[in-house]
Amino acid sequence: MKYFPQIIFLALLLIASSFIFKSIRRIRRNILLGHREDRSDNTGKRLKTMLLVALGQKKMFKKPLPALLHLFVYLGFIIVNIEILEIVLDGLFGTHRLFVPVTGNFYPFLINVFEFFAVSVIITCAIFLIRRNILKVKRFHAQEMTSWPRLDANIILSIEIFLMLCFLSMNAADYVLQTRGAEHYISTGSFFFSGLLINLFQGFNDKQLVFIERFCWWSHIIGVFAFANYVFYNSKHLHIFISFPNTFFSKLEPAGKFTNMPEVTKEVKLMLNLPVEGPTDSNAPIGRFGAKDVTDLTWKNLMEAYSCTECGRCTAQCPANITGKKLSPRKIMMDTRDRVEEVGQNLDKHGKDFNDNKALLGDYITVEEIMACTTCNACVEACPVNIDPLNIILQLRRYKIMEESQAPASWNMMFSNIENNFAPWKFSPADRFKWIEKLNQ
Amino acid sequence: MTYQAPTLADLTAQGKQPEVLFWVGCAGSFDERAKSITVAFIKILNKLNINFAVLGPEEACSGEPAKRAGNEFLFQMQAISNIQILNGYQIKKIVTACPHCFNTIKNEYPELGGYYEVIHHSVFLQQLIDEGKIKMREGGEFKGKKITYHDSCYLGRANNIYEAPRKVLEVLDAQLVEMKRCRTTGLCCGAGGAQMFKEPEPGSKDINVERTEEALSTEAKVIASACPFCMTMLSDGVKNKEKENEVKVYDLAELIAKNEGL
Repeated sequence: MKYFPQIIFLALLLIASSFIFKSIRRIRRNILLGHREDRSDNTGKRLKTMLLVALGQKKMFKKPLPALLHLFVYLGFIIVNIEILEIVLDGLFGTHRLFVPVTGNFYPFLINVFEFFAVSVIITCAIFLIRRNILKVKRFHAQEMTSWPRLDANIILSIEIFLMLCFLSMNAADYVLQTRGAEHYISTGSFFFSGLLINLFQGFNDKQLVFIERFCWWSHIIGVFAFANYVFYNSKHLHIFISFPNTFFSKLEPAGKFTNMPEVTKEVKLMLNLPVEGPTDSNAPIGRFGAKDVTDLTWKNLMEAYSCTECGRCTAQCPANITGKKLSPRKIMMDTRDRVEEVGQNLDKHGKDFNDNKALLGDYITVEEIMACTTCNACVEACPVNIDPLNIILQLRRYKIMEESQAPASWNMMFSNIENNFAPWKFSPADRFKWIEKLNQ
Repeated sequence: MTYQAPTLADLTAQGKQPEVLFWVGCAGSFDERAKSITVAFIKILNKLNINFAVLGPEEACSGEPAKRAGNEFLFQMQAISNIQILNGYQIKKIVTACPHCFNTIKNEYPELGGYYEVIHHSVFLQQLIDEGKIKMREGGEFKGKKITYHDSCYLGRANNIYEAPRKVLEVLDAQLVEMKRCRTTGLCCGAGGAQMFKEPEPGSKDINVERTEEALSTEAKVIASACPFCMTMLSDGVKNKEKENEVKVYDLAELIAKNEGL
């Protein structure tokens, strides 16, 4: 029986890890449903982008106050993780505060730092809950913020508060036990923040305190395991991990540069009787032009969908959205993620030949939305983790125009003007140089 | 002085090669309002004795609106045909007053075989100022007047050109006032992404009206733009607000030309 808690702990750790591992494999598989795209160049520049944007949160600081609050939660997350290492080792080896002998006098300092961040996480998450639910900050209440995305955010914030409360209560109960010289509770010195709570615990006897301390310890670590699973299972909170690879693989070229479709270049060169590089086998099957479904997008588009934490900074900057159009760049990303999850589930349930007769364009994103985009890059600029909704919109437009030939009538007019008159308006090419008449008027 | 706009065909026939090609663009060629931008810029080029040429009747749409609309075929047809002409004339350097042509030729033509040094006229003008060829004039037309600059998306966010247009405006000795949404958060005029060539989708407001209201709220008497499409959208916005008698929309080239008395 001596090893019973350790066995339980090990079992929980293994179960939690295996579910997380399964989730990671699912997400990886789903991302790789996208088309190939080489983003392996420029490692140095990519690392720098990742360090600045993901680790350094450079783009968050365009809004200083939310950025500062977010920084507290973020640092809290990273730093409290060091404490989780001790907790996991204690759980495995049946020890108590394993780091005390190793770190000596440094230990209370460490715990004080952890506790400082625990308190700041509690305060910040409370402020975030107020911003979302009481102040109702506009960008958290758009059309695409339906019940699940809003609940998801509230669950994340509540769990974070719960975990930190467990951590502080555990330390407070522990310290009271230390002062009473209870067995196993080795002396560590006092902790500042949980020290403020000890009056709440003085009234309990040793046995009750041990129960409280153990209860908080187990609640905390089980909560951590559950939260980690939740994050990887299907939560917007995944951004804490995936924003690192996502920023690493950022588009490094000017934002205004749209991709040229090489398959089109080949066709156009053949039409213009120009030499074509590479094989010119005209029987080779040509894939779909543009994107109708998530499997037509690139893996980077899909990774971005998983990186979106639905903050809505993109939508708040979108000129179409600001003026009441249906387009919302955040919805583009949320729809892409929901659809790729659905395609993944279909694969798991029905195998790869199954067709659910649904598609990203039509069943999730409407034509009206993609037609409202001015390609102004405001959403791309606004995104704190370098997501590019514009690239998805462009690929959907390409499908609509090139595969379905369904452009608004005025665009068809513009196309035919360019084709016949070499200008988007109906002017004769012979009149193009007429502006020179104005030069010496 | 009589202003000249030599064509590449003529120069080549004379065995000459210009230093820089002025790519006029469709708006600058056909749109009545934008033609004034073309003329103003050419006057500046003439005055400063810059060895330039235009394509004239040989110019064609860069394909930009087709590409943004999703018609990659039409874009590449235009792009590859244009590249054949430009490469035929051995063009090395291109200046244009249109941020859309600028972005496309600079960023999207190289992969298709068109490698040129492409400069937007705002940067070109800034270089002339830096070289001392255009100077601040005492008591110019815009001295002390409030001017607000509207960032073009395809200069700003698309290509990180935020300061050059503002430096150009400094020469006017005017009072530059910024809109709340400027530089990286500048609000689009509503024309990009081929919206210029269709009706807006249903909504509560037109984007150009939203932007014009913001520009008017600065109390500037001049809204400076650096793009013929922004020019159209903002001019329409000013008319919509019935302020066309008090507030003028000018392109950077027009402002410099006026300041130089051209």
